[in-house]
Amino acid sequence: MLGEALGSFLDRGDVVTVSGELGAGKTCLAQGVALGLGVRDRVTSPTFTIIQEYDGRVPFYHIDLYRLRDAGDLEGLGFEDYIHGDGVVLIEWPGLVEGILPAARLEVEISLPDGENDREILLTPVGPRFEVLLVEFERRAKEIGSLVIACD
Amino acid sequence: MISLAVKSHVLILGIETSCDETSASCVLDGSTILSNVIASQADMHRRFGGVVPEVASRKHVEYMLPVLDQALHEAGVSARDLDAVAVTRGPGLVGALLVGISAAKAVAFALNIPILGVNHVEGHIYANILANPELRPPFICLTVSGGHTDLVFVPEHGRFEVLGRTRDDAAGEAFDKAARVLGLGYPGGPAIDRAAREGDPGAVNFPRAYLEEGSFDFSFSGLKTALIAHINRLKSQGELPHIPDIAASFQEAIVEILVDKTIMAAHVTGARRVAVSGGVAANSRLRERLSQRAAGQKLEVFYPPPVLCTDNAAMIACAGYYRFIRGQMSSLDMEVDPRLELAVDSV
Repeated sequence: MLGEALGSFLDRGDVVTVSGELGAGKTCLAQGVALGLGVRDRVTSPTFTIIQEYDGRVPFYHIDLYRLRDAGDLEGLGFEDYIHGDGVVLIEWPGLVEGILPAARLEVEISLPDGENDREILLTPVGPRFEVLLVEFERRAKEIGSLVIACD
Repeated sequence: MISLAVKSHVLILGIETSCDETSASCVLDGSTILSNVIASQADMHRRFGGVVPEVASRKHVEYMLPVLDQALHEAGVSARDLDAVAVTRGPGLVGALLVGISAAKAVAFALNIPILGVNHVEGHIYANILANPELRPPFICLTVSGGHTDLVFVPEHGRFEVLGRTRDDAAGEAFDKAARVLGLGYPGGPAIDRAAREGDPGAVNFPRAYLEEGSFDFSFSGLKTALIAHINRLKSQGELPHIPDIAASFQEAIVEILVDKTIMAAHVTGARRVAVSGGVAANSRLRERLSQRAAGQKLEVFYPPPVLCTDNAAMIACAGYYRFIRGQMSSLDMEVDPRLELAVDSV
């Protein structure tokens, strides 16, 4: 639900990074974002394919850098075209690309503080667009009451 | 006077570049592999004087022509002998697919021979037919790899009914990630398989996500989370995890679901033959459990040899052969489709 709410706020050119340990729920959050963007296809883990493209209200590019060892591997994947492209880009395991991310982006960090089912989600806006967006998002979140990642 | 040349043999060049592997292969009559060159093989590492990076689309561009040449050379054929070229059109990484399809178009155009667009999962399914000529539809095929978990009914050649797929992680991906959590290294599937042989599959009762009643879909991300929670719980209690037990229990949870749903699919469709393909088809516990269950149900089970379990062009050439004899040629303006569906025909 958090992902879906977030997705409904996003627009062309937006870049969201999602970090967190294995099993934290990054792909699950991405599935929600896709739903919020009106993507109808099934969104599965992009670990193997690295980049998966979906059609929604705007194009949705789901990127997973888990398997990449160095930033040189990004050449030929057209990574820069995606992050400066016409859709919403969500990047899991963004560690390798931190230096080349656009100045405006939303950083999401998911953690499992007790190692069990409760998750802590930290949203950090970078740049004015996301600061405004987050204020609006927070107001919306209060209206809904609670926000949880609907998975498991 | 019209003379008709009746060819007794069909030689197909297969090309596969959907993900990490650059591969080209010559297959005769859909059953005899004359060559099957895969660029991540050890000899290619030597040929290029270094380690092939695990992921790099650009290497497809570098390797495509040498791999093509080697496939023809090893087969002992010349380009003029080819009857058609089969190529993976999707699903996969768009930049990687483009390299293969561009090469295939160039070959088809230059030689004036047909091009055949093949679905990558269709290729995995046909790896079984390539390896086991006695396997004939109708059959069920479970394709399980790092990128796929697809349960497909093949009622006849060229028809595919996707019964179920993963909703999140692929089975092979679950193995890889679990191996990393357990410190077992890469590739994760064989590492878990090895560690599990020393362990008790009933030691930890990991959750099995059967999903809705009658569903053939899979979900492995909850299992991954459960594994991590289990390790964290042990750590917080100051206990050392018994890796073989955990590996065996984790593997058992995946294998049980894969086997149950595959057997259920055979029941529902009435198929008497079951095939497995993709990298996870090499898992020894999956083979053991599936063979046991199938024997009890009087089902025949087929597995390809390991080289045909990984991504390779021979399986694409084989799938292409069956398209060729059905007259299902594609056209030169065919495009790649990174999300190509199995049921949609790629003409």
